[in-house]
Amino acid sequence: MRPAHALLRSMGMNALILGGFALASVALVAATWFATRDTIAAARRAALEASLNALVPAARYDNHPAEDVLRLAPPGAPPLTVYRARKGGAPVAVLATVTAPDGYSGPIQLLVGVWADGRLAGVRVLAHKETPGLGDAIEVERSPWIHGFDGRSLDDPPRARWKVRKDGGDFDQFTGATITPRAVVKAVQGFLDYYAGHREALFAPATETRP
Amino acid sequence: MSTPSAAEILRNGLWHNNTGLVALLGLCPLLATSNSLVNGLGLGLATTLVLLITNTTVSLIRRWVNPEVRIPVFVTVIASAVTAVELGMHALLPELHRVLGIFIPLIVTNCCVLGRAEAFASRQAPARAALDGLAVGLGFALVLVTLGALRELLGQGTLLAQAEILFGEGARGLTLHLLPGDRGLLLAILPPGAFIMLGLLIAAKNAIDARARARPRPAPATAATVADGHVPT
Repeated sequence: MRPAHALLRSMGMNALILGGFALASVALVAATWFATRDTIAAARRAALEASLNALVPAARYDNHPAEDVLRLAPPGAPPLTVYRARKGGAPVAVLATVTAPDGYSGPIQLLVGVWADGRLAGVRVLAHKETPGLGDAIEVERSPWIHGFDGRSLDDPPRARWKVRKDGGDFDQFTGATITPRAVVKAVQGFLDYYAGHREALFAPATETRP
Repeated sequence: MSTPSAAEILRNGLWHNNTGLVALLGLCPLLATSNSLVNGLGLGLATTLVLLITNTTVSLIRRWVNPEVRIPVFVTVIASAVTAVELGMHALLPELHRVLGIFIPLIVTNCCVLGRAEAFASRQAPARAALDGLAVGLGFALVLVTLGALRELLGQGTLLAQAEILFGEGARGLTLHLLPGDRGLLLAILPPGAFIMLGLLIAAKNAIDARARARPRPAPATAATVADGHVPT
């Protein structure tokens, strides 16, 4: 029985070694997580607030839109996260994460800001996989195109011209890329429509708050 | 395994056995994140830090790890080191972390990290293993930076765009706009451009090596300068 005994012994040793290293590794990762947790949470929050403030300046509201959150799941559409800006309790603007599902290479994530009166505070691209050098002109860092939405509303331009120029509308397309701006224009108009129909619900007091 | 001198370790890691140009390991992050100088530098430094940590750790524990379980132990060490580096980057450089995204955790799968642990660090003293990690990592970072700089320059006509995500707000002014016009050679930014430019870099390295070999004075032949199909002239 000696070989079997020796085998068991070496298996036990190896199991102990593996277990020991697994424990040490978990301890290291856990310690790093504890040490960085607050900084990461603060960085996330700062990034979110910076992107919200780019559309609705902090001076215009006195609540915490990053905490005044509404999560919606409209039927047949991707879920929306809505941040609400208020001043003295009165509605100022909503900022919603809107998805344009029909980008050239996958969905485009947008942040759309709408003032309480229905005019656009602005639009920013949060994430996309459009072609670098062509479709990525929707990024504010690459071209001023996205500023074309500033101040627009459902009546400006009229509904028939809420399209890219190629389709007979008022919004520019890019040389070599029509699908990307078309998808963005459609998604922005779609959210303005949603806003017009659900204004009360969008500004309703939060049923869920984030810590 | 013989113990190579510090100079040999540096020469091999940075040039003769360069991860990106000779060993061709870690091509996925190399090609994917080299679309700008800053991105390349960011991933290069993160990989170097990981290699430094894992090589040192693996060398320190090499006497306690049986051959049968060494690979799972090395993988555990690498995975936890990468996770720690990723968390640190998220906390300290959140913008760079956002841009590099999935390629930070994917450093785990870069074969060169496990490769150096197994082939070098597990057989050498900690100081040498650490130096090897540093040399191999910097060699990889060098290729990433060169490729990133070339692609950014040709594709966007800039250098050091978005420097602030790596060096802080003060570095915003470092960005150089070198080529006129707002649109460069699109191909350079796209994935095929990454392959083409890497191919050109490898060709350039081989040409430099061939010229060095052709010199009249007898150059010391090293095992790492593998025959690359060229007939020595």
